[in-house]
Amino acid sequence: MNNKKVTELKVSAIENGTVIDHIPSNAVFQVIRILKLERFENMVLFATNLESKKYGTKGIIKVSGKYFAPEELNKISLVAPHASVIEIHDFQVKNKTVVETPDKIRGIVKCFNPNCITNIEEVPAIFTVVDKDDIRLKCHYCEKITTRNTIEFR
Amino acid sequence: MKNKSLVSINDYTKEEQLRILELAKEFEKQPVQTILQDHVIASLFFEPSTRTRLSFESAVNRLGGKVVGFSEASNTSVKKGESLRDTILTIANYSDLIVMRNPIEGSARFASEISSVPIINAGDGANQHPTQTLLDLYSILKTQGTLDNLEVAMVGDLKYGRTIHSLVIALCNFNTTFHLVSPVELKLPSSVKMHIKEKQLAYHQYTDMEEVIPKADLLYMTRIQRERFSDPLEYERIKNAYNLHRDMIGQTKENFRVLHPLPRVSEININVDDSPKAYYFEQALNGVFVRQALIASILGLK
Repeated sequence: MNNKKVTELKVSAIENGTVIDHIPSNAVFQVIRILKLERFENMVLFATNLESKKYGTKGIIKVSGKYFAPEELNKISLVAPHASVIEIHDFQVKNKTVVETPDKIRGIVKCFNPNCITNIEEVPAIFTVVDKDDIRLKCHYCEKITTRNTIEFR
Repeated sequence: MKNKSLVSINDYTKEEQLRILELAKEFEKQPVQTILQDHVIASLFFEPSTRTRLSFESAVNRLGGKVVGFSEASNTSVKKGESLRDTILTIANYSDLIVMRNPIEGSARFASEISSVPIINAGDGANQHPTQTLLDLYSILKTQGTLDNLEVAMVGDLKYGRTIHSLVIALCNFNTTFHLVSPVELKLPSSVKMHIKEKQLAYHQYTDMEEVIPKADLLYMTRIQRERFSDPLEYERIKNAYNLHRDMIGQTKENFRVLHPLPRVSEININVDDSPKAYYFEQALNGVFVRQALIASILGLK
């Protein structure tokens, strides 16, 4: 039995919905938060620290009865840059894509600078992504750079 | 540039910056005019400032304009808990242009997005101080006759000094060679160095000031601030590392000048002041003409 088969068996299949695969093990809960799945009412299955040939370990999330807009999914690229997204219809794979880091990030990330207006008044944080590989986000307001090490989600 | 807020130096293109400097020359020849007589300028200083506030207010007064505003937030409704948003929305009704200094970074950008009148950022925390940059450029132009291809040495707190950050970014348009002198703890941040690298300009980093002085066309000194250090002994050590004395500038180029955004503490000895190569007090005067040029240009009067 190959690894893929084992993985699929560990998290049971869904009839209709979205499978997000190849999430770094330590980012599964962040992805859940970014996609607001903790407030979702349908079935959500997730697993982490699964074996992965490519990445050593990985996490996977399966969301029943829900398809996401690309803008929504691209937000997770900040923590899961290699995630693949599979749409399932009637237990069949219909569409497989990878996430892409957007040029602008609005509202989901907190500016790491405590003296930034977005952390003091009700102003939504907006960032320009200046480096997509190494995740460097330049704040539209205070112009400071939030990095992978300082990133926090709202 | 009519109605165009100035929050970060890069909000204005190189050509727009040069146009302001051109206009500043006109105001230097004739600083007293009446072009602002029908205008009210709001001067909102949420934290204290000497040079910037007074030079803005002097610039407006000499052009016949009226100034309303405050010089510290403690006797305003900000103290009652009013948000910046509400303060700006209100004051925009009372004035044609808002000049604002606020310790919160990004506050000026936010104000420019909600205000119905243009905003000039007079400093937002450690972020930007673009009018200082324009007056620095004007001072460089006046002393060197050009902005292009200069050897510029910057000394002191390159990490937190907002005037340094904006000036580096602006000088990247003019093929500058940068000589960056600072303690290791206070090196220029990578977010600013990024601009130098993008333009593929040369920069050199030093911890010792003396070796760069003979090479430089300009020596831009800055103050090292006590509050940046948790260890007072460390502050004392570093503060004394960069003290410019008269005898250090004896062997410099003919066009060499010393600039400083002021206030200074001990980084430039007063024995430098009467050297023909000291330019920092003239630099402060240039602030008036540059601010007159900027205000006139934003209000569409020039």
